[in-house]
Amino acid sequence: MVAFLRYLINGISLGSVYAIIALGYSMVYGIAKMLNFAHGDIIMIGAYIVYCVMVYLTMPPLIAVLCAVVVCTILGIVIERLAYKPLRQSASLAVLITAIGVSYFLQNAAMLIWGSNPKVFSSVFALGSLRLLNGELVISSETLLTIGANIVIMVALTLFTGKTKMGKAMRAVSEDKGAAELMGINVNRTISMTFAIGSALAAIAGALLCSTTNPNLVPTTGSMPGIKAFTAAVFGGIGSIPGALIGGLLLGVIEILGKAYISTELSDALVFAVLIIVLLFKPAGLLGKPMREKV
Amino acid sequence: MSEATTRAPLLAVSDLHVYYGAIHAIKGISLEVYDNEIVTLIGANGAGKSTTLNTIAGLLRPRQGTVTLNGAPIHGLGASRIVGLGLSLCPEGRRIFQQMTVRENLEMGAYSRPAAEIPASIEEMFQRFPRLREREKQIAGTLSGGEQQMLAMARALMSKPRLLMLDEPSMGLAPILVEQIFSIISELHASGVTVLLVEQNAQMALQVADRAYVMETGLITMQGDASDLLHNDAVQKAYLGS
Ligand SMILES: Nc1ncnc2c1ncn2[C@@H]1O[C@H](COP(=O)(O)OP(=O)(O)OP(=O)(O)O)[C@@H](O)[C@H]1O
Ligand SMILES: [Mg+2]
Repeated sequence: MVAFLRYLINGISLGSVYAIIALGYSMVYGIAKMLNFAHGDIIMIGAYIVYCVMVYLTMPPLIAVLCAVVVCTILGIVIERLAYKPLRQSASLAVLITAIGVSYFLQNAAMLIWGSNPKVFSSVFALGSLRLLNGELVISSETLLTIGANIVIMVALTLFTGKTKMGKAMRAVSEDKGAAELMGINVNRTISMTFAIGSALAAIAGALLCSTTNPNLVPTTGSMPGIKAFTAAVFGGIGSIPGALIGGLLLGVIEILGKAYISTELSDALVFAVLIIVLLFKPAGLLGKPMREKV
Repeated sequence: MSEATTRAPLLAVSDLHVYYGAIHAIKGISLEVYDNEIVTLIGANGAGKSTTLNTIAGLLRPRQGTVTLNGAPIHGLGASRIVGLGLSLCPEGRRIFQQMTVRENLEMGAYSRPAAEIPASIEEMFQRFPRLREREKQIAGTLSGGEQQMLAMARALMSKPRLLMLDEPSMGLAPILVEQIFSIISELHASGVTVLLVEQNAQMALQVADRAYVMETGLITMQGDASDLLHNDAVQKAYLGS
């Protein structure tokens, strides 16, 4: 029982990281209608920045994460400007291939700068831990922080897209760029802003990922979590904030429980099997709305 | 027309050429709209009416020619800049934001205006279109076709345009709703809005308009007072089905 609870909490923690990454994927997909395969690699860059600022500049974790957020935000805007914006009118296959190219570029740049030996993350946010059930169930501060960060980010983004002028403009652009432009919305700036937010979230996800489940930081660290988070976004319904949350959490829990009770090797396969089953019954994902048009 | 020509036009399009890649869709058209007029642009499917309006609104860039609003050239500006200058397009097919509420759609229409003025404008729209008030919090995609057209027009009016361009506002609507749309256009005109109207329903468009232009395959082939064109043999044959 205690073991199950421990797995469940670990699953929720990993799922929270997936949810934060999925959110960035989902927002960018919603607005630019493209799969930004480089999103996972922004996570990796963010994690390296956190590592460097803490180890080489011996700054506190909070400052390190802040630096990573700034760097990744700028990186996200620059990538969109240089790589994706010129292809705004191109076939989606061209954009997809470009995104894969950007992903390899970032991985190789990281390899050049930081080498291929893993940088070992010592716990970034070590603050002690929470002991429950007479000390049988130990929840680390990193886990609590990850879950807390996820909740804060989800609430903040829901308010942002639901209540603010910029957030509503983002929703308008993601539905119909031409109509949004007719309203006076600067579409280019709105897309830039979305990449900025997605990349900032990726930086936070990178720090959380490396201080919880993935302490060995290498240039390919972002790939697998990126793909899983993409799966989570599709699972929950791409373009939907609660969808990213639910997709991410489910994926994390299924992965950890699958590892614990079925097989470590099969857990990833299990994750994708569940995805396929869900998509068979709900092609738009759990919370995705199928687009209908009234004529 | 005679008194109109003595004033400077509110909108002037001159020798406009627009291409889609290699397709020459608009082949050098010129038209004017004066303050407080209703001008209609009629023509068969594919004549280039929507292309003309989209180019004026800044969604498309002309390869040649000029568009001026109040004497100032606007053909180099993007759509998001032009709406702030007092020219608003209610596009073909309505293109409301289906996943947003009625109220949010109206707020988007006023995107370029100060936030403080928006609630009063929304109230104005609710008075003109009472159905929208009942549906304020409803997701726009769930509105009926007629309600969606009302919303699209209200949204276009939220920018407080001097010139409102309507692209086939009666498309796909039942006759009773078509009547309603046209009476709203007359009301808007009476309240001082200048209208450039593209319509399939040439009969009703010519009845409500002051002047008209007829387009055929990218060119303007006829123009004049709407009442004259309404009784013109060629126009009757081609567009009025008689
Ligand atoms: N996006 C596009 N790409 C290529 N050609 C286009 C495009 N849009 C329109 N055209 C072509 O340009 C010409 C003019 O089209 P436009 O939509 O302006 O006609 P219209 O007068 O508005 O017709 P309708 O009454 O059917 O709305 C047509 O021949 C059309 O096929
Ligand atoms: Mg048209």
